[in-house]
Amino acid sequence: MPLDKSFIGRTYPPTAPYQVGREKIREFAKAIGATDPLYLDPEAARAAGYTDVIAPPTFPVIISMAASRQIVDDPALGVDYSRVVHGDQRFAYQRPVVAGDELVCVNSVEEILSRGGHDFLTTRTDVSTSAGEPVVSVWSKLVVRGEG
Amino acid sequence: MDAGKAEREELPTQTYRVTRADLVRYAGASGDFNVIHWSERLATKVGLPNVIAHGMLTMALAGRAVTTWAGAPDAVVDFSVRFSRPVPVPDDDEGTEVEFRGVAKGETEDGLTQIDITATCHGEKVLSQARAIVRRQRA
Repeated sequence: MPLDKSFIGRTYPPTAPYQVGREKIREFAKAIGATDPLYLDPEAARAAGYTDVIAPPTFPVIISMAASRQIVDDPALGVDYSRVVHGDQRFAYQRPVVAGDELVCVNSVEEILSRGGHDFLTTRTDVSTSAGEPVVSVWSKLVVRGEG
Repeated sequence: MDAGKAEREELPTQTYRVTRADLVRYAGASGDFNVIHWSERLATKVGLPNVIAHGMLTMALAGRAVTTWAGAPDAVVDFSVRFSRPVPVPDDDEGTEVEFRGVAKGETEDGLTQIDITATCHGEKVLSQARAIVRRQRA
């Protein structure tokens, strides 16, 4: 059954705060082979004007992907996650994520399309500090493959 | 990248190797434990040629290329891709290679440059509509 288009525009309650750890950033940078001192060395990051190490550009997906399960796992929407393929991904940054940030996500359903037996669900996650400073907006387009 | 250059500028190609060990490391770091990124048995069962790299790992490597081209890890303002083809990763020491080419398309008045990214694995495009907007660095 195609996804219910009345979910377009629906916004979910803010998620519990995510505490960005310095070691998590280092672990992520290492996993993608990124060696810039601003990801690894607090002194280098401070010299560049940040309070602590900064995260590589795709780091926010750790937070947004977990947060957007609010939508994907919403039984009323009924996405079959075993049929989901990642279609598109976009980040629009206000600033880099910095170790020590406490981040809150607000998820919304931006678009639902049905084409060729497949559903296309675009989620938007607005990531801001718990004090309300916008940090990054994240869009994911998920393809829910039709059966057969 | 040379600041203020108005024309198209081809950026130096960046090539990154991806092995099974990298997939395990990325799974742990990102929290994405989807079985298609580590179990050949389950990946082939759903019709994939082999274990495939996380799309977000490919995007992360594209991000490495972009920050290398931009000359700063904090220059990226906007970054988007479409995952057009999986990156299969064989279970050997060599793994596979993903190659990133970039073309910078001039600079706007507010100091922003668009970079169009081409990502290929064995000559096939694995990303489409991949682009980044980067901010000019303070001299």
